[in-house]
Amino acid sequence: MKHLITCIALMLSAQTLADTIIVQSTTSTQNSGLYDYLLPIQEKDTGVEVHVVAVGTGQAIKNAMHCDGDVLLVHAKPAEEKFVTEGYGDYRRDLMYNDFVIIGPETDPANVGGAQNVIEALERIKQSGAKFASRGDDSGTHKKERSLWQAAGIDPDTGSGQWYLETGSGMGATLNTGVTLSAYVLTDRATWITFANKQDATILYEGDASLFNQYGIIPVNADKCPSVNQEAAKTFAQWLVSETGQAAIGAYQVDGKQLFFPNAN
Amino acid sequence: MDALSEAFRLIITLDADLFEILLLSIRVSLIALAISAIIGLPLGSWLAISKFPGRKFCILLLNALMGMPPVVVGLIVYLLLSRSGPLGWLGLLYTPSAMIIAQAVLITPIIAALSNQVIENLHQEYRDTFYSMGITGRRAVVAYLVDARYALTTCILAGFGRAIAEVGAVIIVGGNIDHLTRVMTTAIALETSKGNLTLALGLGAVLLSLSLLVNALVIGVREYAAKRQYA
Repeated sequence: MKHLITCIALMLSAQTLADTIIVQSTTSTQNSGLYDYLLPIQEKDTGVEVHVVAVGTGQAIKNAMHCDGDVLLVHAKPAEEKFVTEGYGDYRRDLMYNDFVIIGPETDPANVGGAQNVIEALERIKQSGAKFASRGDDSGTHKKERSLWQAAGIDPDTGSGQWYLETGSGMGATLNTGVTLSAYVLTDRATWITFANKQDATILYEGDASLFNQYGIIPVNADKCPSVNQEAAKTFAQWLVSETGQAAIGAYQVDGKQLFFPNAN
Repeated sequence: MDALSEAFRLIITLDADLFEILLLSIRVSLIALAISAIIGLPLGSWLAISKFPGRKFCILLLNALMGMPPVVVGLIVYLLLSRSGPLGWLGLLYTPSAMIIAQAVLITPIIAALSNQVIENLHQEYRDTFYSMGITGRRAVVAYLVDARYALTTCILAGFGRAIAEVGAVIIVGGNIDHLTRVMTTAIALETSKGNLTLALGLGAVLLSLSLLVNALVIGVREYAAKRQYA
């Protein structure tokens, strides 16, 4: 028992440095390598050490509501605004954007490549009997996908397990499944560009205005969550929307392609 | 084959990041194992030799807990350690300590249940001798554990195997944070989700090599000690 207490005391002593914060964020931003590039620059400028927990947007918001994060950096504007209105967040700022694309097998059996808009692309997938792999995890991408099905007047749940496959997993895992099953997948562009297991899948539909993907940043409210490292959280959030931070986001490239476009308001 | 050569390359070059991740894996699993052994071994031994109503049920429960899904353990520990949970004030969520706690919860039943089985067999044999020598209670627990130490290494290795290979619990309570709570298994999950399947498999091979090394080491020491004892 004594050993146990000593062990626990030792473990506890290594805790909580003054300028360390936890950012609840999304898999898309982490998998794209943005944080690996951005955080060292940020830390050099501000001295704030940032630890990123990358989960789906839905889970990130829930974790932040449990006060298990100092800053929220996700992509589901309505849910983010609700988070702030309910008092969990101090404020919300637009941070950067990119877009969603529909990927699928090169042969494009549903011919979504010839669709006039994203609604038509989804209708074609449904009618062709091709498979569609969905995140099914309440993430930002999933919320976007569901809103598009709704706009198309299609209820994909009726085909759940047949042509509509809900993986309940992150973007990367869903892409792995989708690529293997020659299914169509709605993904953010950054994750797709950096995804290494593309096989014969490729971007088949892109460019519709409703595929816009906005990321926002929210410092968690210290009144709701007294454990929040408020000062460091605000420093970090302000750096990201500052000229330096925005320029750094815009400068990040993979294979010569810019992944995120800064648009702080 | 690609994965094997990737694993080989990883081991040969052993860059600082991989070393850090490997070290954290070992550290977390070993501390969790130590805690579990300190609790699990005496518990298993005591349950084997004591008599009280409900003892059989306790053993049954321990055996059932061996099959506890890591994700469930992760979730329970998350809810306990979350800032809004009962132990939130400790500030342990998303730290290696949280991972150690989750793994200890996961493997204590394994060590207790397996050691219970070992000691129970021994108890059949020695019960009368120990009784006539007046060795009972706590002294008996210790005597059995010392006597069965070689057989118990297998229980401990089983616990270590479960801890080092586990991903479901540590990814929830640790958060897979780079340079803080990323371990081998969560790194493998991350690389898989990035589609870097060869790298992921290579990391898996490295983890397997580590497990092999630890097992060889423990079994080697056990054989050596046993030989010396009976020589």
